[in-house]
Amino acid sequence: MSPKTLYDKIWDAHVAHEADDGTCLLYIDRHLVHEVTSPQAFEGLRMAGRKVRAPEKTIAVPDHNVPTTAGREDPKNMTEDSAIQVAALDKNAKDFGIHYYPVSDVRQGIVHIVGPEQGWTLPGMTVVCGDSHTATHGAFGALAHGIGTSEVEHVLATQTLIQKKSKNMKVEITGRLRPGVTAKDITLSVIGHTGTAGGTGYVIEYCGEAIRDLSMEGRMTVCNMAIEGGARAGLIAPDEKTFEYVQGRPHAPKGAKWEAALAWWKTLYSDDDAHWDKVVTIKGEDIAPVVTWGTSPEDVLPITANVPSADDFEGGKIGAAQRSLDYMGLTPGTPLREIEIDTVFIGSCTNGRIEDLRAAAEVLKGKKVKVKRAMVVPGSGLVRAQAEEEGLADIFKEAGFEWRLAGCSMCLAMNPDQLSEGERCASTSNRNFEGRQGYKGRTHLMSPAMAAAAAVTGRLTDIREMN
Amino acid sequence: MDKFDKLTGIAAPMPLVNVDTDMIIPKQFLKTIKRSGLGVNLFDEMRYDRQGNEIADFVLNQTQYREAEILVAGENFGCGSSREHAPWAIKDFGIRCVIAPSFADIFYNNCFKNGILPITLPQEQVDVLMKDAEKGSNARMTVELEAQTVTTSDGETLSFEVDSFKKHCLLQGLDDIGLTMEKAGAIDSFEKSAAAERPWV
Repeated sequence: MSPKTLYDKIWDAHVAHEADDGTCLLYIDRHLVHEVTSPQAFEGLRMAGRKVRAPEKTIAVPDHNVPTTAGREDPKNMTEDSAIQVAALDKNAKDFGIHYYPVSDVRQGIVHIVGPEQGWTLPGMTVVCGDSHTATHGAFGALAHGIGTSEVEHVLATQTLIQKKSKNMKVEITGRLRPGVTAKDITLSVIGHTGTAGGTGYVIEYCGEAIRDLSMEGRMTVCNMAIEGGARAGLIAPDEKTFEYVQGRPHAPKGAKWEAALAWWKTLYSDDDAHWDKVVTIKGEDIAPVVTWGTSPEDVLPITANVPSADDFEGGKIGAAQRSLDYMGLTPGTPLREIEIDTVFIGSCTNGRIEDLRAAAEVLKGKKVKVKRAMVVPGSGLVRAQAEEEGLADIFKEAGFEWRLAGCSMCLAMNPDQLSEGERCASTSNRNFEGRQGYKGRTHLMSPAMAAAAAVTGRLTDIREMN
Repeated sequence: MDKFDKLTGIAAPMPLVNVDTDMIIPKQFLKTIKRSGLGVNLFDEMRYDRQGNEIADFVLNQTQYREAEILVAGENFGCGSSREHAPWAIKDFGIRCVIAPSFADIFYNNCFKNGILPITLPQEQVDVLMKDAEKGSNARMTVELEAQTVTTSDGETLSFEVDSFKKHCLLQGLDDIGLTMEKAGAIDSFEKSAAAERPWV
């Protein structure tokens, strides 16, 4: 047999039909659904008199526009349009018989945190969701990517997607990371290196010692932002850490099925002489704690750098950089560490897991915030409960953070958690686009520890200078 | 789905790179449970001020581009989220074709599901089309999907590549789900063998 990449292996195991021109029907093992990109898809099924083909493989949870404040089980405490979308998901889950975690359930949370947490996401699976950050599940060695609403309807009706195979790209992070450098710094640095279109047309496999050394949660952070690098998906070969994380979760296989699964999962790696269409290698020791300065996730610089000028760029990026500088209200040459922050947001599918909260709390212990507003939004009700049990919630509250309920919150600001005009935010989320966190709001992306440090000093801060 | 075969219309120039889905349709308009009616909010935060007044210099607010049916843009158009509200808004405004040096993957696929043709051309050729679009409403471009060509108002013809299956579906206005349902037998037998090989799924 010819050598294969991990992506080749998962792809080959899921082709239900291949046409002469290479167009395939890819079978989908898990379909995650949320309230914002699914109503039109369910409506489409109803209009055509179709059913959900595999309701047992379909999992729904409201996350994008739910409030993260108390009393949200009562629709009166939601905006009218949000309440309509959540009510539609309630009804669609019930009518079509799919798994569902309503806001009143402690297991509710961001769809990409709930999937792995409940053991729905397993190595070697195909996982899709009407959300671009579905790439998160790639951390398990699953082929996972975002789809549009028409494709959501297609998967609901047929449990397949019409796909052509992407190319293979290897991103290797060699050696060890330096102190203060996290999974978020890896993933942002890769995007800074390749650009937001560098992965277009590819599925990325992240590998190398620095990736192996990451926990499962760190690996989820890395894969989560594969989409920001333009890739269809990002994945990491499963190993003992993966198996240990999965074992015992509510929907993970048990007994003989576990043994059978494990035997197959252990074959899921890229063969030594597999073909790569593109290879990027970055030394782990060259990665610094980073922040974004502009309005594209590729606008990444080490925290020790200065705000660039438009002249530092070429081609279409000159105009884009000037537009970013104007939007962000930044003067070229200013040290990034002098940029003052109004708001700190810790949460999202990128950095809303327990280890993220631990890293932030470690920085905040015994300190007070110097910003106008700071909030922590745990990625799920279970993450929240665990953080309370570990005493992290008290550290956040004593430091002056708001301690919220689970949801997407200010990552995309569809719910009431929004920046006001000109407000500058240190955020652990994934996108710094214009208006992303609120109209004319200004976003700097960074790791949870760096966001916590910014909360304490009131400006962008090098985590290595915190004691 | 609406067919796309030939289109002659006004092209609006948008020489920005990385036009993201939050620019195309900001999140406050994703709370709809319908596909229609989003055109008025296309590029909302670039197109209107906070009071809802049009920002005069935004391209689609300029008299000569208000009826644009083609958009010419910079690289990595449609990056960001998977929201199909982006192509829904573009279509609802009246734009049926977007031309750029590159597109984000999910947005590109979403276009084909909605009767919109996204055309990828090398930067130098997009530059030619951008200049043509900048001439305004007297300069009409023609896009022919069957021939895979774009013709400028000066008669210069450029060829583009498109996946044969996607082209076929767009030309015929075919419904993907209907097409896949015809292969239900293949899905049934795949499901059976996968259940035997990977019973834990």
